[in-house]
Amino acid sequence: MIKLTTPISEKDIRALKVGDQVLLSGTIVTGRDAAHKYMVEDKPDFIRPYLLDGVIYHCGPVVKKDDSTGEYSFVSAGPTTSRREEPYQDTVIDEYSIRGVIGKGGMGDRTAAGLQKTGAVYMHAVGGAGSAIAANVSEVSKVFMLDEFGTPEAFWVINVVDFPVVITMDSHGNSLHKDVFEKSEKNLAKLLGKA
Amino acid sequence: MPSLVKSGAVKSDSLYAPHGSLYDSVLELIRLCSTTLPPDIVKSLSNALSTEEGGSIAKNVLDSVLSNIEMAKSGSTPICQDTGSLAFYIHYPLGVSQIKLRALINEAVQEATKKQYLRPNVVDPISGKNTGTGVGLETPHIHFDEWDKDEIEIRLILKGGGCENVGIQYALPHSDLGASRSNDGVQKVVMDGVHKAQGMGCAPGIIGVGIGGDRITSMEIAKRQLFRKIGNRNHDPVIAEMETELVANLNKLGIGPMGFGGISTALDVFCGVIPRHPATYYVSISYNCWALRRYTMTISYDRDNGTLGEASYD
Repeated sequence: MIKLTTPISEKDIRALKVGDQVLLSGTIVTGRDAAHKYMVEDKPDFIRPYLLDGVIYHCGPVVKKDDSTGEYSFVSAGPTTSRREEPYQDTVIDEYSIRGVIGKGGMGDRTAAGLQKTGAVYMHAVGGAGSAIAANVSEVSKVFMLDEFGTPEAFWVINVVDFPVVITMDSHGNSLHKDVFEKSEKNLAKLLGKA
Repeated sequence: MPSLVKSGAVKSDSLYAPHGSLYDSVLELIRLCSTTLPPDIVKSLSNALSTEEGGSIAKNVLDSVLSNIEMAKSGSTPICQDTGSLAFYIHYPLGVSQIKLRALINEAVQEATKKQYLRPNVVDPISGKNTGTGVGLETPHIHFDEWDKDEIEIRLILKGGGCENVGIQYALPHSDLGASRSNDGVQKVVMDGVHKAQGMGCAPGIIGVGIGGDRITSMEIAKRQLFRKIGNRNHDPVIAEMETELVANLNKLGIGPMGFGGISTALDVFCGVIPRHPATYYVSISYNCWALRRYTMTISYDRDNGTLGEASYD
């Protein structure tokens, strides 16, 4: 098991390969559909310091607000399907110098090329493991665009401790998702009597 | 004509009161769905775990899934942060008001959202604004049917957006896949649909299949299959055999848990059949993630006295 803490250097990221299991700690930022469109179209500056050599997490959490202190905490916080950010991800990685993208389901060729170019990896978390992953979130330190985007789609700046992820796309052009797709496509052809 | 409704039969508007017994039972139904995976699904996931190779990512994933299920249950927190879109299917006896029942459910959903059993998932497509309350125009979806039992039955499914996105509908014949209007053709498009989903719908999935109907009813019948328990087979032996074959073949694709590769791609396949128009032949796939959150609540209701029994959840 490899331990990494944000901010992460390009050298450390380039050393990772598909199949590596990582425990991630430090500050990361949640951002999904509305956030990615916004980062490409409006290029907001407020989120730059949290993403520089950092990690963006495709996640729309369930959040609890403590009415007396006004503090937020995550109740359930697993990954959302990453594929929807495919049109935006490579631009976002490059624009904000991001080193890691956490999500589920993997991403396509365009993102794979972006990871290779900038020096970043795709980290897969377990989809649906909302309660377990929330236990790895030690603090919710800031939120941006909460009113505009709503709870699931806001930028939540959080601190995580030993968040378990698997590298499924590395910075050298390898993708477990591509491998599984190609293998399963061959199996499908056989089962359909086409091979 | 003799009236079936005796005067004063629905005595109590208290039936629909917030924090009344029916309201509390519905709130509990929502909490249970969000936090406690049904036993048949948990058992099926445990079985899937034992089929995966030791030390594989697939096995680790299923281990995490099972420990998350335990954590959610014991902490009464959502299994998945995507608490989905809510669909209620209700059977009610004569004398119960749909309007009032809808209002009660809307109240309970808002309360469940405040208590973080649900994430607010209701977004205006045009403005992009989230209502923040968990309710909106015609949301949640509620389907009503009257029946002649002295019981109110409320079935609820919380269906996540990720798995909803990988649902798909085919019109047969499908020349690219060589799928004709036959049982073999149905199987081919189901195989193709689950292959297209890869890990994006959070495999291993539970696959609801609707055969026949129109564009809408075909998908509806597919989704309703998700209420069937793991291992339940269609009463028609031909369809039952198709279900069994599909599960076996889907688990030869090699997609595996979360699409990491492995054996368990589908936990089960449930097919439902309804008549079609001569010109159409739809096969619809309602893909559900491993976190199939659905329960059926049953509660007796004596409309003469306006008394409710104890709710049971299955």
